[in-house]
Amino acid sequence: MTNNLLEVRNLKMHFPIHGGVLWRKIGTVYAVDGVSLKIRAGETLGLVGESGCGKTTVGRTILRIYDPTDGDVLFGGKNMSLLGRKELRNLRRNLQMIFQDPFESLNSRQTIGDILEEPFIIHSIGTPEERNTEVRKLLDRVGIPENAVTRFPHEFSGGQRQRIGIARAIALKPKMVICDEPVSALDVSIQSQILNLLLELQEEMNLTYLFIAHDLAVIKHISDHIAVMYLGKIVESSDADALYERPLHPYTQTLISAIPVPDPTVKREKRILIGDVPSPINPPSGCRFHTRCPIVKDRCKTEEPQLCSAPGTEGKSHLVACHYAGQRADFQEQSQNSARMMKKLPAISR
Amino acid sequence: MRNILDGIANPVRQSHSDTIKLSENVILNIKNLVTAFDTEAGTVRAVDDVSFEVKKGQTLGIVGESGCGKSVTSLSIMRLLPKPAGRIESGQILFHDMDIAKIDADKMHTIRGNRISMIFQEPMTALNPVHKIGKQIREVYQLHYSKMGGKDIREKSVEMLRKVGIPDPEKRIGEYPHQISGGMRQRIMIAMALVCKPEVLIADEPTTALDVTIQAQILELMKALQRETGMTIIFITHDLGVIAELCDEVVVMYAGKVAETAPVIELFKHPKHPYTKGLLSSIPRLENQRKVKLNVIKGMVPSLCELPQGCRFQNRCPQVQKICSVQPHKKSVGENHFASCHFSESFRF
Repeated sequence: MTNNLLEVRNLKMHFPIHGGVLWRKIGTVYAVDGVSLKIRAGETLGLVGESGCGKTTVGRTILRIYDPTDGDVLFGGKNMSLLGRKELRNLRRNLQMIFQDPFESLNSRQTIGDILEEPFIIHSIGTPEERNTEVRKLLDRVGIPENAVTRFPHEFSGGQRQRIGIARAIALKPKMVICDEPVSALDVSIQSQILNLLLELQEEMNLTYLFIAHDLAVIKHISDHIAVMYLGKIVESSDADALYERPLHPYTQTLISAIPVPDPTVKREKRILIGDVPSPINPPSGCRFHTRCPIVKDRCKTEEPQLCSAPGTEGKSHLVACHYAGQRADFQEQSQNSARMMKKLPAISR
Repeated sequence: MRNILDGIANPVRQSHSDTIKLSENVILNIKNLVTAFDTEAGTVRAVDDVSFEVKKGQTLGIVGESGCGKSVTSLSIMRLLPKPAGRIESGQILFHDMDIAKIDADKMHTIRGNRISMIFQEPMTALNPVHKIGKQIREVYQLHYSKMGGKDIREKSVEMLRKVGIPDPEKRIGEYPHQISGGMRQRIMIAMALVCKPEVLIADEPTTALDVTIQAQILELMKALQRETGMTIIFITHDLGVIAELCDEVVVMYAGKVAETAPVIELFKHPKHPYTKGLLSSIPRLENQRKVKLNVIKGMVPSLCELPQGCRFQNRCPQVQKICSVQPHKKSVGENHFASCHFSESFRF
């Protein structure tokens, strides 16, 4: 298929850790360790995972904010890792980013007008008057009053700043925008405003999104396809609806069941993972999820599962990396175990 | 100068002759609480005339967006308002036969951390980074059980940590907060808060900084501990999902005032205040269709310095009318269900 706007092949991003008196390399953070993605033009890929799983690093490595350790990023058929500075700059006209923290991603010493004019200046587009009208159009599009041009970022609320960040990202009419947790720092009532704005812009400008978030409900709402990440690897990727209806990887299953449902009458079967996410400095052998997996078997500890077509889903591009994909864990047994554990604990008496 | 003195004499000294009596199943009763802060822009009432009851053994959820006064309410109950800027201006916080808003600092010492405890959002900033875990727990014992010996304290600390599900607690008490994960730190905060077997535990966004799978662990732990000890929990959050899962009753706050209070099922089924309705309809849900437009509450929360006259939600309310420039009173709209809106009866989305 050639209509993939972005294709990521086996991307690896390892960060060295330096320490000791001589500041030698003493270890490596395997932040992203072999990630492959495909995003079709006009669609949204949601990338979801817990903190430290490497989802933000994927976004930044795609933009080549970091130079990848290994792997290729193909944008519109061009291999980004082979491009020089100048070509890269031209390419970034079409590949923009929205950041998580609207407080830190806008320069506090620049006026909103300057911030929004900068992309045009960098790419030498238009005369000052033309740029000025463009900036006003952008502000109007994202719902910020025009008089903002002469004001500074601190005069705006978090939601408004995020709108300004979005305006900056769409200024050059890019083909694709990488949204790195764009709503997680915002209040509930502002979150829905921003999500709506992103959806409207996608429709108007035929934008392609890589939407990175940890909130599954938000991801499900905005995405066409979803990839679930755990410790630097994709564990499952599929069509958004299919993923929620039939999650195959035990991690995806627990992740979905862990979301609190905003409806007190729904009592769902709760699956609670034991323990914390292991460190990406020293990831577990075999399947990286095996230390917390409810259906772990001996094979998982030594043999790493590959991301491949899930059994029974041929032709639907539902990929999963698990030796026992689709086998539902006997969660009842597990929850009984944890109940037993609770009982074993000494009781405090009043 | 005036501010500094205010800070020292934090409790508003007022003689009140009527004896305090709470009905039997109520453990805390907050009546017309007003908490104000002195800022550069003048005095701001972060909590303005807030009243609600907390029932014994239940979990009360306080939900609202940033700046709605939910945290300031809890800090007022703990009498932990930043001095000298913050103070309780008027109102009562009734706990057993006492009014927490008025008792002196010494008396408050015997309540805070002992009968009413609190856990905070960010366990990394709440724990002291330069002291070992063991020392920080020991401090609680030394403060409230002054007769307990060092060996006993160590044993009890280990037992507490084991109770909140910390593996290998003997080793953990010798470690520093930065050596353990966020979820574990929150467990340690909970252990410290529960040392004195408090009657009330105030949890201020305890899971907001945590991942979903860790959040599920902490919520489950809190439920289990509540079943065991029968303590009352006040749970402050902005996440309606967590409210639905954990709470028995809910207080919805907006811009320093209570918008609505109701039992949890009633609130989610029949929200009466337009703000509650707006919140409930604006969150993306898993079962909904993808990529459709969400309902939104237009505009944003007003700054506490520039509040509108009358109902504070009027600028964003889809059903605003002339009468909304008058502050609506709390109206009963169902069993145990109150809303502060002129149209709480007739409103339909």
